[in-house]
Amino acid sequence: MMQEVVPVVDGGVQGADVDPALLRELVAHLRQDRTPLREEWTRRITEAQLLSVMTPDEIFSEVTAVYDNYVDALETGSVEALEAYARNLSERIIPRGVETHEVLGVVLLLRDVLARSLFEKYQDDFGLMNRVLDAYEPAANRIAVTVGVSFVQERERVIRQQQLAIRELSTPVLKVRDQLLILPIIGALDTGRARQLTEQLLTGIRESRAKVVVIDITGVPAIDMAVANHLVQAVRASGLMGARVIITGLSADIAQTLVNLRVDLSMMQSVGDLQGGIEEAERQLSYAVTRTGDVSREPEA
Amino acid sequence: MPVSILKQREYLIASIQSALTDTEVLELRDALLAEVAKHRARGVIVDVAALDVIDSFVSRSLSTVARTNRLRGAKTVVVGIRPDVAVAMSQFGLRLDAVHTALDLEAGLELLDS
Repeated sequence: MMQEVVPVVDGGVQGADVDPALLRELVAHLRQDRTPLREEWTRRITEAQLLSVMTPDEIFSEVTAVYDNYVDALETGSVEALEAYARNLSERIIPRGVETHEVLGVVLLLRDVLARSLFEKYQDDFGLMNRVLDAYEPAANRIAVTVGVSFVQERERVIRQQQLAIRELSTPVLKVRDQLLILPIIGALDTGRARQLTEQLLTGIRESRAKVVVIDITGVPAIDMAVANHLVQAVRASGLMGARVIITGLSADIAQTLVNLRVDLSMMQSVGDLQGGIEEAERQLSYAVTRTGDVSREPEA
Repeated sequence: MPVSILKQREYLIASIQSALTDTEVLELRDALLAEVAKHRARGVIVDVAALDVIDSFVSRSLSTVARTNRLRGAKTVVVGIRPDVAVAMSQFGLRLDAVHTALDLEAGLELLDS
């Protein structure tokens, strides 16, 4: 189950000393005024230009569902159903680009709309209004927090999932010739990815019995000390398994960083670009690549 | 000593069967040096595939063998270092100076032939 990150009220939605009769009255009021309150809420959402990626119809149907769940949560004191709905809703709206501030804004708007309707209803009896608010506020806050947290957690889950997917896709070990592997690295390297890369590199060397590996880092925007050391370690480990490593595509920035950080590069061979790296690797493996025809003449279609 | 040293053509092949104590490492080192002289070997292959750990003492001993053999005109190739062992060695900064490395026995023999 999900952890309660911010417990606003201990022991369920209702505070300890809430009069159950008051709460029943509150719920009855919200049920009775369901239609005008929903409309008011939708109007405020549109006015504040929240959820701009959704159509008015969509907003209204989500508003209805959230409203009913909200009232149920107030009545039963259990936020579980609302929580499940909030997570389900987040799952649907996150891919469409709904932001955290929008979700929080929407929930807080509902809180405001309902509070105002209570002010209006109990304006003649200040003492009663105070007691109704005592019942309403902790529950409303707890619900707002639940929805917000569900949204953020769902978003974090999506981010984690995407990170994992990127990780799996991002470091292919390609065999281009017998005993020659290429590792094109795209995207920022962090320690975790560098470690995973080393692992894949060494497994690749063993499986394809490679003698030379070309690591191309054209697609790496920047490198820090920790990552540089990981790369050096990967190169050394490859050497221990009998494979030489050629690094290609060092940008001017990265080269300068490596020099400034005084990373020991004595055992790394580096060549300007991937083409040069492959040519050098082929030379080391005694491959000779020759052209067999004239490329300037296009083949007949 | 859990190491057998075989002669194959002009090469010596030492295959380590299990983890070695420091004393056994020294015995292996001395035996290799003596055998190279005796058989006038041109190359020595040490197969470490059975080792889960290669520590600084083993690395240094292998380097010593390699340097000494080089003075006598023999190449030393260590073969069969496993991926996790290779990562650990590079993490701890262990170097195999003067030693050639290859994936396995076959690759090692190829390297000596070339």
